[in-house]
Amino acid sequence: MTCNACGQNEATIHLTEILNDQMIEVHLCEGCAEQKGSDFKTHFDFNKLLASLTDLGAEVTTEQTGKIVCPSCGMSYEDFARTGRLGCAVCYQSFEKVLIPLVKRLQREIRHTGKIPAQAPDEVKSREELRDLHERLQKCIGSESFEEAAKIRDQIRVLEEQEKKGKRKRKKT
Amino acid sequence: MAIEQAIDHFLSSTCEWLRGTGPESDIVMSSRTRLARNMTGYLFSGRMDVAAQQQMIEDVAKAVASVPFLKNAYFFNYKSLKDLDRQFLLERHLISREHATEKGEKALVVTQNEVVSIMVLEEDHLRIQVFQSGLNLVEAWRLIDKIDSALESKLLYAFDPSLGYLTACPTNLGTGFRSSCMLHLVGLMMTKQVDKVLQALSKLNFAARGFFGEGTQASGNFFQFSNQLTLGQSEVDIVDGLERVMKQIIEHEKEARNYLLEKRRAKLEDQIWRAVGTLKSARLMSSAEASGLLSLMRLGIDLGMIKNLSKTNLNALFLFTQPAHLQKLSASMLKAVERDQKRAELLRTRLKDVEVA
Repeated sequence: MTCNACGQNEATIHLTEILNDQMIEVHLCEGCAEQKGSDFKTHFDFNKLLASLTDLGAEVTTEQTGKIVCPSCGMSYEDFARTGRLGCAVCYQSFEKVLIPLVKRLQREIRHTGKIPAQAPDEVKSREELRDLHERLQKCIGSESFEEAAKIRDQIRVLEEQEKKGKRKRKKT
Repeated sequence: MAIEQAIDHFLSSTCEWLRGTGPESDIVMSSRTRLARNMTGYLFSGRMDVAAQQQMIEDVAKAVASVPFLKNAYFFNYKSLKDLDRQFLLERHLISREHATEKGEKALVVTQNEVVSIMVLEEDHLRIQVFQSGLNLVEAWRLIDKIDSALESKLLYAFDPSLGYLTACPTNLGTGFRSSCMLHLVGLMMTKQVDKVLQALSKLNFAARGFFGEGTQASGNFFQFSNQLTLGQSEVDIVDGLERVMKQIIEHEKEARNYLLEKRRAKLEDQIWRAVGTLKSARLMSSAEASGLLSLMRLGIDLGMIKNLSKTNLNALFLFTQPAHLQKLSASMLKAVERDQKRAELLRTRLKDVEVA
């Protein structure tokens, strides 16, 4: 395993810390561990660590990406990399290219499943429902419950039809 | 309502997470669920100016007033709170360390039974928490879901169809949902097996921390476990996953306790008797020492060795021996040495009828 900080030497020091509900594993070579020593011994800052994580994907954080600024709140990606906190909801779009790979690394997923606000537009809700139905359909096919699968397929058709109509309507208005 | 009245009320009642009832309450102290929510039309907490913060507190106050379940809840604006008040609320787990210490306009909603607390302007605009005594995650999710839905009908949340609820830190993105359980793992500590449990859990994407949350030591042999990932799994699946793992840890803890009773009974009894002796007679007591000894006493109750003390009263002592609680109880500011003296005095008074059988 290579060192998380320099990305060159073999990591020989493996640290596990629990901060902000998160258990974090850091792998460092001796040189980098010594440099970062004071941080780890006393109180190492989750934000700084998150910041260093954002540096890990060297392909995504370049001088250019660091300068991307969110038009809604004025925060730069560099600011985020330093603080570990985004400035506003729009930041997720503004930094999409660099942020989504980070989300994938932190959460191992990039698609939300679960509760949806009741006030969310209908199309969001039907899209979630469609995704659920597709998953169930695959399961039914896998377990050869074809009768159930046919029912689900019909439900999917109805929903897809509704969605198409909805889109046309919105275009007209 | 004024904070003083609320604190008097809290001091004379047992908070939900210390009631010592509910499923598996021998080992599981409490279950907690938390939702992180932000509103559209505002920047995230860290970048809001004072006017926007004040406006948000007003918006939330209005929304809270319309939720029947929160009708009699306390609503504190932080401007009216002293440092000691915040420390007191922190010790009761009603607010986070960040919320207690960081500057800026903030508010707190808390129900009188301390089942629900809502931090306004924490890292996210809202941090809603629900506590339940014992292993009761399903109920804690059901309740928080209800409150969240009621608030959401008044406040417009920032939500993205594919990323879910948008949060200030990407580690909370998606459901914004964290569920946790606090376990008393004194048996696994005494048999030196707790590290194995912690290692296994980290591989399964669960996080472990101490009695008072992030960065704290496992004081009194209490550990909090929570889900680490918030995106890509539904809330129900998160609750289900944590509960299943907790049940396994509970089994290991029971085995460890049985082992101690069967194979090392003399040593175990000695430790519990000594703990009771020290708690009943010490003249100076630090909070760390108190937590360790109270933990042994709690084990003594679970094993039927201790008479004249309910678990609820014992649990309350974990809280009353904390610095802010001690000062609120004695209605004066105390230096560290004075606190150690007061703490010892409080323990002697409250435990004077306790006997070991």
